[in-house]
Parts: sequence; structure tokens; C-alpha cells
Amino acid sequence: MSAASIVYVPADASAVAVGADAVAAAIHAEAARRGASVRIVRNGSRGLLWLEPLVEADTPAGRIAYGPVAPGDVPGLFDAGFLGGGTHRSCLGPTAQIAYLKNQERLTFARVGLTDPLDLEAYRAHGGFRGLDAALDLKPGEIVERVTASGLRGRGGAAFPAGIKWKTALDAAADRKYVVCNADEGDSGTFSDRMLMEGDPYALIEGMTIAGLATGATQGYIYLRFEYPHARRALERAIETAREHGYLGERLRGTDRRFDLEVRIGAGAYICGEETSLLESLEGKRGQVRFKPPLPAIRGLFGKPTVINNVITLASVPIILDRGAEYYRDFGLGRSRGTLPIQLTGNIRHGGLVEKAFGSTLRELLYDFGGGSRSGRPIRAVQVGGPLGAYLPESQFDTPIDYEAFAAIGGMLGHGGIVVFDDTVDMAAQARYAMEFCAIESCGKCTPCRIGSTRGVEVIDRLRAGEEPAKQEALLRDLCDTMIDGSLCALGGLTPYPVRSALNHFPEDFRKPAAARSRG
Amino acid sequence: MTTPAPTRATPNRPESTDLDAAERATTLAACARLKDAPGALLPILHAIQDALSYVPGAAVPLIAQELNLSRAEVHGVLSFYHYFRTEKPGRRVLRICRAEACQSVGAAALEQHAKRRLGVDYHGTTADGAITLEAVYCLGNCALGPSVMIDDTIEGRVDAQRFDEIVARARSAR
Ligand SMILES: Cc1cc2nc3c(=O)[nH]c(=O)nc-3n(C[C@H](O)[C@H](O)[C@H](O)COP(=O)(O)O)c2cc1C
Ligand code: SF4
Ligand code: FES
Repeated sequence: MSAASIVYVPADASAVAVGADAVAAAIHAEAARRGASVRIVRNGSRGLLWLEPLVEADTPAGRIAYGPVAPGDVPGLFDAGFLGGGTHRSCLGPTAQIAYLKNQERLTFARVGLTDPLDLEAYRAHGGFRGLDAALDLKPGEIVERVTASGLRGRGGAAFPAGIKWKTALDAAADRKYVVCNADEGDSGTFSDRMLMEGDPYALIEGMTIAGLATGATQGYIYLRFEYPHARRALERAIETAREHGYLGERLRGTDRRFDLEVRIGAGAYICGEETSLLESLEGKRGQVRFKPPLPAIRGLFGKPTVINNVITLASVPIILDRGAEYYRDFGLGRSRGTLPIQLTGNIRHGGLVEKAFGSTLRELLYDFGGGSRSGRPIRAVQVGGPLGAYLPESQFDTPIDYEAFAAIGGMLGHGGIVVFDDTVDMAAQARYAMEFCAIESCGKCTPCRIGSTRGVEVIDRLRAGEEPAKQEALLRDLCDTMIDGSLCALGGLTPYPVRSALNHFPEDFRKPAAARSRG
Repeated sequence: MTTPAPTRATPNRPESTDLDAAERATTLAACARLKDAPGALLPILHAIQDALSYVPGAAVPLIAQELNLSRAEVHGVLSFYHYFRTEKPGRRVLRICRAEACQSVGAAALEQHAKRRLGVDYHGTTADGAITLEAVYCLGNCALGPSVMIDDTIEGRVDAQRFDEIVARARSAR
């Protein structure tokens, strides 16, 4: 054989968490033992996480997938001729034909899993930097118009139209402006930011640079949670390489425009995902929420106009500039345009990332993609939108993935995380945890959030113990109302949603004494 | 040297004299390298914790002096963030994910097992000084939980048996 065979083994943190590094090492060792010429490319994850470590062989017939692969499977894979796509019990066939992947609409995640994420040439070969090149030929206002016309709404949770935010920052006159990427991804049940940053970091860099060009900002910060060391390494290396090749820094692509970027690491505070708290943290302070107004787009980081957007929002911008606003807007429905990277997590058989145009139902995601629960038991509840999202019972599984449809049932899509629970879940315990989490993570500024959440835990404990249940339930509902009305931000203001939905949809779990509660 | 928690509540004591030479040098080096960056305090605290594995409470006055901040400000930041610690941890820090996606696949049972197995509660360090146990709220591995993080490494689908293996490996490394 003349050229080396190419084998892909993801370096994604989730793949590594189930042994991808050991598999890569085993392939390397086995190839050496057999004198086979093999080049291992550490790609991003395809997002079929239950199949990780998912190994792909580059064959004349395209990429052939094998998974999940354990280090002990490697000699057998070589025996089966997997380098040429040979048959093996772990063979999944051509990667692109796997239904889970084939039935997605990948726009933002189009490149993730295809290449070595740090390979700048590969990025360009797969359409990278075309959005930036388009933006460099436009006036700031024209870039903003395209983003507005695409219908892109913030993917971090609040779903605010990105173009409107950018317009506000563009119109704010200042000697200095900033673009801040919210990479705090604190919601349980979410990892799309992480996968994108690890699997296609240049896309985020490109999106932030376009945001800079659109608003007149020259400095960007990525505020990344400490829990993501793999993403940190990927971003720092990608920034370095982009700078070396004129994609960041002074004289962007040989023009007179400039933009530069720095990664800043968070320190384990959920509230620092809230945008004003994040800005405080970036300024080196306690992460306490600011009063709004002023909006960050007018007075944000260090008092300067600041565009702050989620990773997925920013990484979706290059394709909008490249393919056009209409192209992006044509996906989706109603006021939810484009695609949403949905994360299927928790007790789910086929957990992973599913990027779809808005409009599929929860049920399709849970069963057609997800394959039901991991345990094989009935799915009893799902929590969508992170720890502040409502718990939804079976009767609401036909809700379409659409911001307004979720709002209409008292839920929220948030950052697109879906956490699945089977019928062994104790919903009173989940409600208690929601209050506990709020108490742990409260920034301390408002009493209903700081104190109310601790009271909430106590009241739920008494309710579960069967102490005057009617009285405790009334107290709990009152407390929820107080938190909703008296909280400055959504941590205190939305924590009641998981609590009340648990109480409303699963009242039986709050009535039984703890001892009788365990299900068979 | 240990700095008991109450010390941090009385920032008027001349604590900087309590720093040993290495702590002092690390603190000063981090400040010198980073203090001109905008919003330098968090990067400086990270740099100190990266080097020492904790931020000595007694470094607060020194950092405050270097950055022209009040001690109360520095102390306020240091104590606000769950990640920063003022006490030296064990040789490895093991974080168990307590968040919902991991709960749905048995995180609570794993948590109980871990505490029993290590003989400590959260923030505690095992008697042999090998492992400090901490809680964490999501590691971005929510499709393959329960998840734990040991220093910079993330492990997925961790049941009691895998947990014991991880602990054994952590103990044998160094
Ligand atoms: C308690 C709380 C936590 C939040 N956490 C995050 C987060 O981790 N990541 C994120 O992008 N947005 C988070 N948000 C939303 C941000 O405040 C803000 O809306 C977002 O960064 C704006 O970007 P987008 O418009 O692109 O979504 C959080 C909000 C609240 C109230
Ligand atoms: S609701 Fe809670 S987290 Fe939000 S500002 Fe008030 S105290 Fe801080
Ligand atoms: S909830 Fe445990 S890794 Fe996300």
C-alpha cells in the first residue's frame, strides 16, 4: 500500500470519557505491530454519542463507521480489514447513511466530526471563512441586516433576535466595543457549545470576527467554564493558528480591519452564564447580576457597548453570511427560524446531538432519534431547557420544538437540552433539587431567590414527610409566586417552573411518604 | 501552613507575612504577569491555583496591594466562586456531577458510593491525602453519564465499579 490509510478517532471530551484515547493508542500500536501504514486523525464527534468511541475508516467507498469500539476490539478490526471497510460486528456501514445522522439538518454542525478541528486547510476546504470573506466586502449595517433577515435568535436561552442586539451595539457610538461569547454552558443536559468549540473552533472564531465587523468591536472574549478543559485547549490553539494566518489580529485578511480574541476561564458559578453576571466576572468581580437597563449592547463590558451571544448563535453566523439569510430562514417555522442543535441526554438509549430545523416534536426526538429510555423502562418525564426548564409529562410530548409552542405550555426550549427520566424518577426529589440548586447558585442579590430557595427545600422536605401536606403545598406555591415576582433574573424567576410543573403533573409523588415512594 | 476559614473574615490581619516563600513567589509572579490585563483578578487567581492547587487566604492582601484593590474586594471574589479553594487539596481533585442528566442515570447512588468508598463528604480529603471530593454541576457529558472529573480528565458512564477503578488509578499515580 502506498498512501497511509486514514482512520478517524474522535478527540471530543465525551468520546474520550468513554475511552477514545485508549482506542486511538490501541490502533496505533496494532498498526505498528502489523507494519500497516495508518494515519490517525483525531476528529470531532459526529454526535452519535451512544456509539462512542466511534471509529471511521476512510475507504474508496467513503467513510465507514465502527462503534462503539473498545481497545480490545482493535486486533479483530484489523483482522476484519476495517481499514478498507471490512465487515465486523461493530460495523455501522457508511457514516453518512446512519439514520440518526442522515435525518438531521446540519447547518451549524455541518463540519463537526468531519475533520481534525484544528486543521485550518481542512476548515477552508469545507467552506470555512467564506462567511468572513463575504462580510469583509459588506458595510457593518449590511452585515447586521443579513443577520436580522435570517431570523436568527439567541441560542443561549432567551431567544432574543441576534440582529436587533447587533444593531443596538452598532448604533452605540464609542471608542471601544466588545464581542463576548457566552461559553458558560451551565445547563445540565447541554453540550452543544462544547462539541462545537472542540469540533469546529474556527467557526466560532469566524462568527465572532463577523460580529466584530458588524458592530465595530475590535476585541472579543470567550468566557469558558472551567469544566471544559478540552474546549479550552482547542480554542487556544485555534486562536493562535488563526492569528498566524491573518484571520485574527491587525489587518484582517490584508484589510485595514482588526479583531482579536482571548479565552477567559470561569470559576464554577452557574450564575455567570447570565449575561450581566458574566460581564462582571470578566471585569474581575463577583458574578453578581446587574440591573438592566442599560443593556449590555449600550453599556456592557468595562462600560462599553458589548454584543454578548451564545456559542451556537455566533457559530451560526458564518453560514448565514455565506449562504444568505433566506437559506437559513427557510428552515424552521413561525418565529423559530433555522435549526436548533438538540441534545438528547440523561436516561436515553441513543443520546447525542441532533441538529434539526425547528418543528419536530419532542416525541419524534425521544423515540425516533432517541430510541426511548436507556433503562428500557417507560419515559415518565423530560426536562427541557436546563435546570430552570419545566418538567413535561407524556401528555406534552407532541409539543413541537418551537420557542412559542414551548412558552405556551409553560416550558422553554432554552439551549436545546432534553433530559430524560424513566418511571423510577421521584419528581418530589427533582423539585427539591431545583430549589437546592437555586440556593447553591444564587448570586445573593435578591431575597426571594437567596432565601426563598432555601425555604423551598425545607417546605418540600416537610411535604414529602407528610407534615400537613395541604398547608405545605399552599406555602410552596406562594413561595414560587414570590420568587417569580421578586427576582431580578431568571435563576430566581424561573426555578419555580420545574418545581410547579413537578407538583402539577406528578402530584402523587409529593403525597406518598418517602418509604412508600420507591417504585418497582 | 493552613489558613482556617475565619482568618478570611478578618482581612485586617497582616496575612501576607504568613505566606511561605513559594506561595509568595507564585503570587507575585502571577500578579506581575497578568495585572495589566483588563479584569485581571480572575486570571490571576486561576494562575495561582493552577500553580499551587489552591489560593492561600494569606495571599489576599498581597494581591490587593499589587492590583490596587481593597482586601475586601479580593476576598469577595475569591469566596464567590465555587472553584477557588483556599486550602491545599489532596493530590487529585475528584468532582462528581450532581446535575439532572446524571441524576437520571444514577448519580445519587454514585454520590453515596463515593462518599462511603472515600470516607469523606464533599470538600473532604481522604485520610491518605490522595483525593479531595467535590461536587460539580454538569460536565457537558450528559448523554453518557454518570460523569466525574478527576483533575482535567472526564470519565463517563461511571458506575460503582468504574468509580473504584478510577480511584485506584488516581491513588497509584504518584
Ligand atoms: C441563570 C442564567 C444562566 C444562564 N446561562 C447561560 C449559559 O450558560 N450560556 C448562555 O449562552 N446563556 C446563558 N444565559 C442567557 C444569557 O443571559 C444571555 O441571554 C445570552 O448569553 C445571550 O446570548 P444569545 O442571545 O446568543 O442567546 C443564562 C441566563 C440566566 C438567567
Ligand atoms: S434572582 Fe437570584 S441569581 Fe438572579 S439576581 Fe436575584 S439573587 Fe441573583
Ligand atoms: S449533567 Fe452530568 S455531565 Fe451534564
